[in-house]
Amino acid sequence: MDLATFLIQCLNALQYGLLLFLVASGLTLIFGIMGVINLAHGSFYMIGAYMAYALAPIVGSTFGGGFFATLGVGVVLAVLLGYVLEWAFFSFLYQREHLQQVLMTYGLILVFEELRSLLLGDDVHGVKPPDILAGTLPLGEMMTYPVYRLFISGVCLLLALGMYLVFTRTRLGMMIRAGSANREMVQSLGIDIKFLYRVVFAAGVAVAVVAGMVAAPVASVYPGMGNTVLIICFVVVVIGGIGSIRGALLASLVIGVVDTFGTVLLPQAAGVLVYVLMALILLWKPDGLFKAG
Amino acid sequence: MAMERSKFLFTTVAFAALALYPFAAGSFGIDLVTKIMVYAVFALSLELLVGTTGLVCFGQAAFFGIGAYATVLLSSPTDAPSLAWLLPACVLAAAAYALFVGALTLRTKGVYFIMVTLAFAQMAYYVVHDTPLGGGTDGIYLTVKPVLGGLLDLDKPLALYGFTLGALVAVFGFLALLGRSRFGRALAGIRVNEQRMRATGFSTYPYKLAAFVISGGIAGLAGFLFAVKDGFVNPELMSWHLSGAVLIMIILGGLGHLRGALIGAFAFALLQELFKSEAIFGDFAKHWQLGLGLTIIASVALLPRGIVGVPRQWRERLVGRRIATTEVRHELAGPPPRVNFRVRSAEVPNELA
Repeated sequence: MDLATFLIQCLNALQYGLLLFLVASGLTLIFGIMGVINLAHGSFYMIGAYMAYALAPIVGSTFGGGFFATLGVGVVLAVLLGYVLEWAFFSFLYQREHLQQVLMTYGLILVFEELRSLLLGDDVHGVKPPDILAGTLPLGEMMTYPVYRLFISGVCLLLALGMYLVFTRTRLGMMIRAGSANREMVQSLGIDIKFLYRVVFAAGVAVAVVAGMVAAPVASVYPGMGNTVLIICFVVVVIGGIGSIRGALLASLVIGVVDTFGTVLLPQAAGVLVYVLMALILLWKPDGLFKAG
Repeated sequence: MAMERSKFLFTTVAFAALALYPFAAGSFGIDLVTKIMVYAVFALSLELLVGTTGLVCFGQAAFFGIGAYATVLLSSPTDAPSLAWLLPACVLAAAAYALFVGALTLRTKGVYFIMVTLAFAQMAYYVVHDTPLGGGTDGIYLTVKPVLGGLLDLDKPLALYGFTLGALVAVFGFLALLGRSRFGRALAGIRVNEQRMRATGFSTYPYKLAAFVISGGIAGLAGFLFAVKDGFVNPELMSWHLSGAVLIMIILGGLGHLRGALIGAFAFALLQELFKSEAIFGDFAKHWQLGLGLTIIASVALLPRGIVGVPRQWRERLVGRRIATTEVRHELAGPPPRVNFRVRSAEVPNELA
């Protein structure tokens, strides 16, 4: 492996890891703050990717279109979806056992997959990256690297930074952190915890949808894409430590590197490497790398 | 006790109905119910871990798959293998992997345990998926079905039905006995409050490991039955979808009851068949997952204790009062309540004085 290939693989690993982080961060937030095991989180990623495919013509004809307008509409829809879902399906689940939540969100996966199949069919689709980002950057003498992949990494980094600032620097972030530490206490201080949860859930859904939308041009849009990402994201959440954004970032980058280089260097064992890594880390640190607290 | 009697009655009637069913059913029905009974054995294996011991294992399909793969890999392609050694060998293979996985994973707790068991199941999945050992993604066929001397030929659907029913009854009976034994009580104690069990002098790790190995062995038995029934194994038998589905079965049926696993397996599989049926839903039958998903969501909303809890739920509604729940709920999340012995013992003399 020469230097240029190595560099390209590094960039790929970074992009994959950051994308994973976006989906996993929503999962770890919903998990850590609301205590809900949300199996349907992968479906939001899938919904995002399909939105990127299906909304583009609609947005194009009404607003004059473009990738970024589609992205904007997608985010608005995602927030609405998250808000409504929390109200309809999750708000009565907090007092129940975790396994009831598992059952409920499993049901939601099936419903989302079938609704997708009813509305948009079961075909595999491709989404074109926007024209401004369609080019490639030369890397060394022979290699080039697509600009769009760099754009994905950039978007992910911006969102990660934004989330970090909201959590550590704003009043809302303070309330959310307090709510995850002690629900009753926050409630008795006069904060509407139900609304807070709804906001967190909607934000988590929106971030996963954005991840799906920006990923659509590089990973084709296909049925069942949510389930693949879901399991890997659970791995990320668990390695990083449940509820820890910092841990999720580190874990997703590590998994990005292991998976990307595993596919190049050890293709026979690529699938299993991530799980071996997870098992080793959990045997070493049974609570993940960073325990939220 | 009325409750005990009704449980016993339910189980007896259910097994009697299963025993009489082949006299009334055609070959499709026999095949379907055989499949469901295999799932019921599988669900019972997980119920021992989740419902009895409080260990949520999300990698149960690995043991199922290992049992199934062992069946095919150990039997020769030409001569019919004998049940007498093949069945124990498959159960042992699955139990051995469970011993390995359990020994490592039982160090972790709660959601971490869920995920580590998943990780080990995924490892097994990728081993059969990516190596030539088990035929790769294509899977392998079991060409000759096992026999027991001249007594039993599992190639015949009726013989297989009877054998599967026998296995189901045996597993059910074994787990019922286990639940009443000292060992079973210890497992229940671990589910309710592991810390307190340790405080009373139980070393909980060996108990949990034993439960894990027994559960893995039973899942291996289910895998054996599945391989013999279908005559075909592929890596999907170890995929997390199956681990998830069997977990859904026992939650749907009602955790903490052996009947729950039985009812859940039947409910899940029959709902699947119902929504897949073209006679009822016509073209819409290919979207069967929608109906299944909505039913599952409705059952979570309306049946918080699973299907097993329905009679009690109705009784409470009709009588119009909530019967005080002395039954201890499963505490899956959060640390067990800490008992501060020192404070208590300090309080007692004060009260006496």
